[in-house]
Amino acid sequence: MTISETTRSKRFSKFIIVTILSLFAIYFLVPFYVMLVNSLKPLSEIQGGNMLALPRDMSFDYWIKAWKTAQVGVNATGLRPYFFNSVKIVIPAVLLSTLFGSFSGFVLSKWRFKGDNLIFGLILFGCFIPFQIVLIPMARVLGSLGIAGTTSGLVLVHIAYGVGFTTLFFRNTYASLPDEIVQSAQVDGAKFMKIFTSIILPTSAPVIAVTIIWQTTNIWNDFLFGVSFGDARSQPMTVALNNLVQSSTGVKEYNVHFAGAIMAAIPTLIIYIASGRYFVRGLMSGSVKG
Amino acid sequence: MIIKNKWRIAQDDLVARLVLFPTVLLSAVCVYGFIIYTIYISFTGSTIMPIYEWVGFENYEKLWQLRHWHIAVKNMAIFGVLYIGISSILGLMLAILIDLNKLGEIIFRPVFLYPMAISFIVTGTAWKWFLDPGIGLEHIMHLWGFANFQFDWIKNSDFAIYTVVIAAIWQVTGFVMVIFLAGLRAINHTTIESGVVDGASTFQLYTRVIIPQLGPSFLSAFVILGHMAIKSYDLVVALTNGGPGQATALPSTFMYSYTFTRSRMGIGASAAVMMLIAIMLIIVPYIRKQLEEN
Repeated sequence: MTISETTRSKRFSKFIIVTILSLFAIYFLVPFYVMLVNSLKPLSEIQGGNMLALPRDMSFDYWIKAWKTAQVGVNATGLRPYFFNSVKIVIPAVLLSTLFGSFSGFVLSKWRFKGDNLIFGLILFGCFIPFQIVLIPMARVLGSLGIAGTTSGLVLVHIAYGVGFTTLFFRNTYASLPDEIVQSAQVDGAKFMKIFTSIILPTSAPVIAVTIIWQTTNIWNDFLFGVSFGDARSQPMTVALNNLVQSSTGVKEYNVHFAGAIMAAIPTLIIYIASGRYFVRGLMSGSVKG
Repeated sequence: MIIKNKWRIAQDDLVARLVLFPTVLLSAVCVYGFIIYTIYISFTGSTIMPIYEWVGFENYEKLWQLRHWHIAVKNMAIFGVLYIGISSILGLMLAILIDLNKLGEIIFRPVFLYPMAISFIVTGTAWKWFLDPGIGLEHIMHLWGFANFQFDWIKNSDFAIYTVVIAAIWQVTGFVMVIFLAGLRAINHTTIESGVVDGASTFQLYTRVIIPQLGPSFLSAFVILGHMAIKSYDLVVALTNGGPGQATALPSTFMYSYTFTRSRMGIGASAAVMMLIAIMLIIVPYIRKQLEEN
């Protein structure tokens, strides 16, 4: 039963609702549309013409330039190396934070020990801290470990501040599994690892998907850690894009900027489109229950 | 849980502790250890590198005398109120409309929510050029014949902070909508039913019966948006880079600039501590409530 059925309202004309929703859809789509059409136009068409107009003289040159030859910081490398830096950071950080979170989420949901709720609360709080509070000591620690300015350093940072969320996702999911499943396995003599791998993991595909999607999106989109702890060789895509756009030397190549912006958005957009339902679930459990 | 065999407790406990260890260690060191360290630095005379000479509350006194910090705090207040207020109203409205329409969930929800999947740097870049008077909205309106149309907020110190609000709302409204949508789906229909029997109009049903039941959704939205507002950093960097001048400075950009570019680490650390306190005021009661409910 939906609310509109219960209220028996016919007054909300369907036409008006769809019109309002469509206007909002335009508002949400315009920035992406602007990026897309202007990434395919020569500069003269952007400066002289209308940003909302379709390209007359369409070309993919600006995409190629953004990818391969654009000036990013001091080097004319294009965004390509930074794109792969992001890939190198995202993959290990997502996998390890998911692994740690699945273990700790399971322990914190099914093992009762003194202070278990407190530990969970403390881990959870770590999800919400303003990261400015950890920048100074983290810079020192990365320096003394010899991984300052490397993608390994950024992997460590993202694991450290990712395990809070991954623990939260797994704990909330496992808390809804009946305790009896674990208990009867114990009575049968199964040990922790056996219970985890043969009973818990097979039921975990959805929560693993939610966690991986959430972590990939967050880490790919990170800027603060990348700009604080990366250097010219290890910076992620977001930092490189910002350097490309903010560089004040010479002409502002809006078309190249827009092409670069879309490149930075594509991986997470693909994930979003391919997995909309899991993305929404991650947003909800990452925030509402938190 | 009940564990019957004593030997097994010890065995399982050990493995359980072992797999919990990485998460606990990372949180203990990288969250709590680092917070304590930064708090300590905020009481020292650290400049370009940390030094451990205790100066008491000097950094906090200096911080609250700085005009730059006053601008950042004032901007935070303007941004926070408008960001939370407007995105809650729009999000609630869109949730109600989507809930009333079968197409809503399938077609409109994905369109409204996609900005949440992309980086603030991308959002900032898109809006930076779209709001640029030379090539963006103002220019477009001129081409369409509205010769007197003016929209140069992004270059205007008095109004630039509102362009940050515009871009931030664009990004987050779909998320707020999803929160309210979940709230609407959990509403008790017998209360609506009795409203209908009493002859209430649809508008009255919403204002008197349905929206008042969305309290938990409002609370969630407030907590999430409030903590996101305080943490806002990337979007401002990409959109205005804190400018023109210091017009769009926020506590986050202030902290970064004092710590890493102006080499006044003690003051930067004290700004970070102020941000932490602000977040704790919002988050700690919320986490406690959640844990008590479990």
